[in-house]
Amino acid sequence: MSSLIIPKKSRRIIPGFHLSLGYTMLYVSLLVLLPLSMIFIHTMSLSWSAFIDIITDPRAVASYKVSFSTALIAGLLNVIFGTIIAWVLVRYQFPFKRIIDGLVDLPFALPTAVAGIALTSLYAPNGWIGQFFNFKIAFTPLGIIIALTFIGLPFVVRTVQPVLQNISAEVEEASASLGANRLQTFRKVILPELVPAILTGFSLAFARALGEYGSVVFIAGNMPMKTEITPLIIMTKLEQYDYAGATAIAVVMLVTSFILLFTINLIQWLANRRFVH
Amino acid sequence: MEQSTFIQQASTKKNKAATQSAALQEPRIIRYTLTCIALAFLAFFIVLPLVSIFITAFQKGVDVYFAAITHPDALAAIKLTLIVVAITVPLNAIFGVMAAWALTKFNFKGKNLLLTMVDLPFAVSPVIAGLVFILLFGSQGLFGDWLFAHDIKIVFALPGIVLATIFVTLPFVARELIPLMQTQGTSEEEASISLGASGFKTFWYVTLPNIKWGLFYGVILCNARAIGEFGAVSVVSGHIRGMTNTMPLHIEILYNEYQFAAAFAVASLMSVMAIFTLIVKDIIAWKSKSS
Repeated sequence: MSSLIIPKKSRRIIPGFHLSLGYTMLYVSLLVLLPLSMIFIHTMSLSWSAFIDIITDPRAVASYKVSFSTALIAGLLNVIFGTIIAWVLVRYQFPFKRIIDGLVDLPFALPTAVAGIALTSLYAPNGWIGQFFNFKIAFTPLGIIIALTFIGLPFVVRTVQPVLQNISAEVEEASASLGANRLQTFRKVILPELVPAILTGFSLAFARALGEYGSVVFIAGNMPMKTEITPLIIMTKLEQYDYAGATAIAVVMLVTSFILLFTINLIQWLANRRFVH
Repeated sequence: MEQSTFIQQASTKKNKAATQSAALQEPRIIRYTLTCIALAFLAFFIVLPLVSIFITAFQKGVDVYFAAITHPDALAAIKLTLIVVAITVPLNAIFGVMAAWALTKFNFKGKNLLLTMVDLPFAVSPVIAGLVFILLFGSQGLFGDWLFAHDIKIVFALPGIVLATIFVTLPFVARELIPLMQTQGTSEEEASISLGASGFKTFWYVTLPNIKWGLFYGVILCNARAIGEFGAVSVVSGHIRGMTNTMPLHIEILYNEYQFAAAFAVASLMSVMAIFTLIVKDIIAWKSKSS
């Protein structure tokens, strides 16, 4: 039996294993791991109680609430509208479809600061859109939600779109021929296929929104306790040379991001497993 | 050359239009409503902001526009941004190819862990990406005293901006190439090697032609993000006018000084770059589909 198993080493016909792996590990270690580990090393210089004091400071806690709730709402808006946009782009025909499809990626290509000032001037009280509302949009949490929705839109559209393209018509035909109406087919046949992609898209958009800075600072108004996001707290502490404080808040953000990253991988792993057996 | 012909990937395209029928279509009213919702959403969130940038940029006339983009501070910002991109993008492109080669052509323990680490910068807030380099190279940082003693400036200077940009854009090329090279497998490279080609020759003549569009796409995305990075660069730049201000930071300063027309003029340059990125992306998608 053992003679049938080819030893691992002899299967490596392709050269460059040590070079490419070594280079990759060195690059990632020096430019990602070493810098990121500084956050945790630097926090060690704080006592536990000092650390807790910084991260539970009312202004910091208020910023977690602002960041979390606006990112969550923006993520949900992206789920709803992103799925509709993906559906329309895959299933329906209309003029300029290819250009519109391409424009979905604009938030990936447009610098965040540019998006920030453009959205702010549109939704400011005297802006093109803001003037039609008798309540303020920019400089309130609503403005933050708008900026984060802009940033997160391509994530949901671009994860849902390929899945929707790959659903074979036969499945829907079978459902229809068994007497299901269109809504039943959507709910019972199409939607379950889309759920992993929608969840992945949501998590990606949500994770990006939690850390987003450039587009939000312009539109948020940055009022402490009301419209101050967590990345801005780090920025403010850095400007006051409070490195310990900035690092402690960064630990909270990093841990949250890692949990999210783990969740995304778990969703994808569970979704892949469904198709294996 | 024969070996590459029989390993061509099977096309899995399905002809959808032929199988469309009434039972598979939503009622017309729902189709129109959904299309209108999607288009209205994109109009308010994508098209209108884009259009407003150009209109605001030219609001005070063409003279103000050209004065804004030819101002010495603006030119210095453009130059700095181009220098940062010229260093960052090639480094991350080489890294992307190396990482994709290691992660797709070989099996080894800890592969998934390494994959996660390559992805890590995507999960980190840009502000934290800047902060980590302050903690390493800032005056209170790990190497702060040593750098001060040797009179080397990293933070609040070009090297810091480059490092922060590399961190933020590190996964782009690798992320494009890994799934692509995964589906292509290793058989073409094995055939080339067994026919006596060297490792480098195999990469140049067998692998590179297969991945060129994916590589180009990754470089384009990396480039767009490197030009536009704001949060991370803002932390490490020090905002010295004409010295360490990149284009996005220059826009911020102009905007905060209420020089809206000038801010939007520089922003319009960056928007042209973004539109160009989208067009190139579309061409690449079309090219890679047809080849």
